[in-house]
Amino acid sequence: MSMTRREFARLLGMAGAAGVLPATGFAAKKQPSDLYEIPKSGNVRLLHMTDCHAQLLPVYFREPNVNLGIGKAYGQAPHLVGDKLLNHFGISSGSLEAHAFTYLNFGDAASRYGKVGGFSHLKTLVDRLRQDYGSESTLLLDGGDTWQGSGTAFKTRGMDMVKATNELGVDVMTGHWEFTYHQEEILNNIKVFNGEFLANNVFVTEDALFDGADEYIFDEDSGHVFKPYSIKEIGGARIAVIGQAFPRTKIANPARFIPDWTFDIYDNEMQALVDKVRAEEKVDAVIVLSHNGMDVDLAMANRVSGIDVILGGHTHDGMPQPTTVKNATGQTLVCNVGSNGKFLGVMDLDIRDSKVQSYNYRLMPIFSEILPADPAMAKLIDDIRAPHMGWLTEELALADEVMFRRGNFNGTFDQLICNALMDVNNAQISLSPGFRWGTSVLEGQMITMEHVLDQTCLTYPETYVRPMKGSELKLILEDVADNIFNPEPYLQSGGDMVRVGGFDYICDPMQPIGKRISEMTLDNGERIDANKTYTVSGWATVGSQSEGPIIWDVVADHLRDKEVARIDKLNTPILKNVGNNPGIADYAKMES
Amino acid sequence: MSINRRSVIKAIAASGALVGASVLVPRIAMAAWTQSAFKAEDQETAMQELLGGTAEESAEVTLKAPDIAENGAVVPVTVRSSLANVESMSVFVEHNPTPLVVEFIIPAGTDADVSTRLRMGKTSKVTAVVKAEGKLYSASKEVKVTIGGCGG
Repeated sequence: MSMTRREFARLLGMAGAAGVLPATGFAAKKQPSDLYEIPKSGNVRLLHMTDCHAQLLPVYFREPNVNLGIGKAYGQAPHLVGDKLLNHFGISSGSLEAHAFTYLNFGDAASRYGKVGGFSHLKTLVDRLRQDYGSESTLLLDGGDTWQGSGTAFKTRGMDMVKATNELGVDVMTGHWEFTYHQEEILNNIKVFNGEFLANNVFVTEDALFDGADEYIFDEDSGHVFKPYSIKEIGGARIAVIGQAFPRTKIANPARFIPDWTFDIYDNEMQALVDKVRAEEKVDAVIVLSHNGMDVDLAMANRVSGIDVILGGHTHDGMPQPTTVKNATGQTLVCNVGSNGKFLGVMDLDIRDSKVQSYNYRLMPIFSEILPADPAMAKLIDDIRAPHMGWLTEELALADEVMFRRGNFNGTFDQLICNALMDVNNAQISLSPGFRWGTSVLEGQMITMEHVLDQTCLTYPETYVRPMKGSELKLILEDVADNIFNPEPYLQSGGDMVRVGGFDYICDPMQPIGKRISEMTLDNGERIDANKTYTVSGWATVGSQSEGPIIWDVVADHLRDKEVARIDKLNTPILKNVGNNPGIADYAKMES
Repeated sequence: MSINRRSVIKAIAASGALVGASVLVPRIAMAAWTQSAFKAEDQETAMQELLGGTAEESAEVTLKAPDIAENGAVVPVTVRSSLANVESMSVFVEHNPTPLVVEFIIPAGTDADVSTRLRMGKTSKVTAVVKAEGKLYSASKEVKVTIGGCGG
């Protein structure tokens, strides 16, 4: 069953009357419309989602106020925050869209407009956008990070999300966190997945070929573990979709789960593949479904020519419009559609005479109060959650302020995690990874086990406590900082700066590796000594499995002791040389 | 009928075991001379000891190596050259305790195309040097070695 437009309009009317919609801005300007109305254009509609991190239900998600661009990325999308982002894309402040795309006035706006995302709401929108356009002229593409990020994904080893994406009707996907299950589990999930799992940049190791990997891999001669691309005939056009999995998977995540596979970015091979599908498969358009991250996609779009559109993910950048990149033979559109199920990208292409003539793009926020739930999807989600409800719904403590993660440095929820590690594991210092997933909790809302799982749930959740010299600590901070702030995108790995507890530091992102971090100082004012040893606790070790308790139990233990979760001190660094950077706003600790 | 990839690899491995003894490893007769190169602690000395000079950058040497190593203990590199009459191909990791990693002696009439794995403790420039008709040519690339973690 799907909704008619009239029903949508009626709901919008009701929503407006109930104060759900703003009186000004985007929705008001484009009245009488319906927020989700798109005039039909072109002959091919690509629906693009990415990085939902297994969020089946609607969530709150605060966009960053720190997302620095260094080098060529300075002041460019996606490294714009707050008003800078609104101005760049011509979005009025105070509008519903401004709330969707920025952190501005987050707490109030989130209470007013309600939660975002949720698969049953997304399903309603997807069905409508497909039916309006003619389903046979549409494709639904999922950029990955779909099977990880929730308690139910953890318990079912990603299978809950395979079922949900089947119900949603995903045609093509690629991956990153999918590779944090064991090889056999991944292959098994893909068998159950109704769409195609594509990756042109995942190869089998030669050692594994000796051990029988040829039995299951896609192409023994090329070494491709998965099908690299797929040809789709839709809307009278012939389209190649190439999958690009996250190239740094074995660096950013444990290699031990996927010992037989190897990942990278291969510009020459990508160029050869694009040339080949154009010459041999006679396609009218080439689309890359990518998990490179937006900075890497922008660089790749410049180095490789012949790609019409890169539908990108990984860096969780909700960009209202694509960036156009010029290259040797033409141009490539680079999109990125945020995270946590908050957005759906809609790319309508006019493809005629073997060429993309024009495009029309919209990034649609999924407002769950406006889009009704699809009953079949809602039922599936209920069934998935039912066995785990006792675990998920336990109330732990009241949030004293908005608890969030996303941003280059510690968010409030990160600080809770860091404090919990120091408290429960008796450590002087704590470290927590700068993941970009993790939902937000509003001030006055009860933090539940499910919220803690949203922030911590992965397949290597053990914590550690170990002695570490000041010099080692500095080395870790420098190394991670270089993964974000290296001006060369191919040398970045995505993710944000490691979160810290128990000490502060100064960070100068403009410096090279080894020179960004200085003046590491414990909360008691004592300077960290390179030769002195400290007790450090952390989690999510990629090298080998740690011995300590599971991170979500550590955080829950810490919160259960309190009625109210309060942040007394945020261990964010003092930043140097970024005062004028359009990728930072409302940040207190800055030195010029 | 085409030979599948696995058979080819096995065949190469088998022949490598035979051929390797005579040509693909540093020649035993030269051991006394190359030992000083393999033990040298800086790249310039190693290159001087092994090849007796310094190399000039050449587009006819291709060095394939990752931007970031997935595992510093086994970094895959491939060196190819389109130069005529290649005699040897060697690989140096500047920041390794002993920068010279390997020297391949290329017999006449053999394709100049070798692959191996390097052990790298930290980020370093990797340099391939090709000796052809008595002259030295090179290609370099920086390979980043990181502690990992923190994926988005």
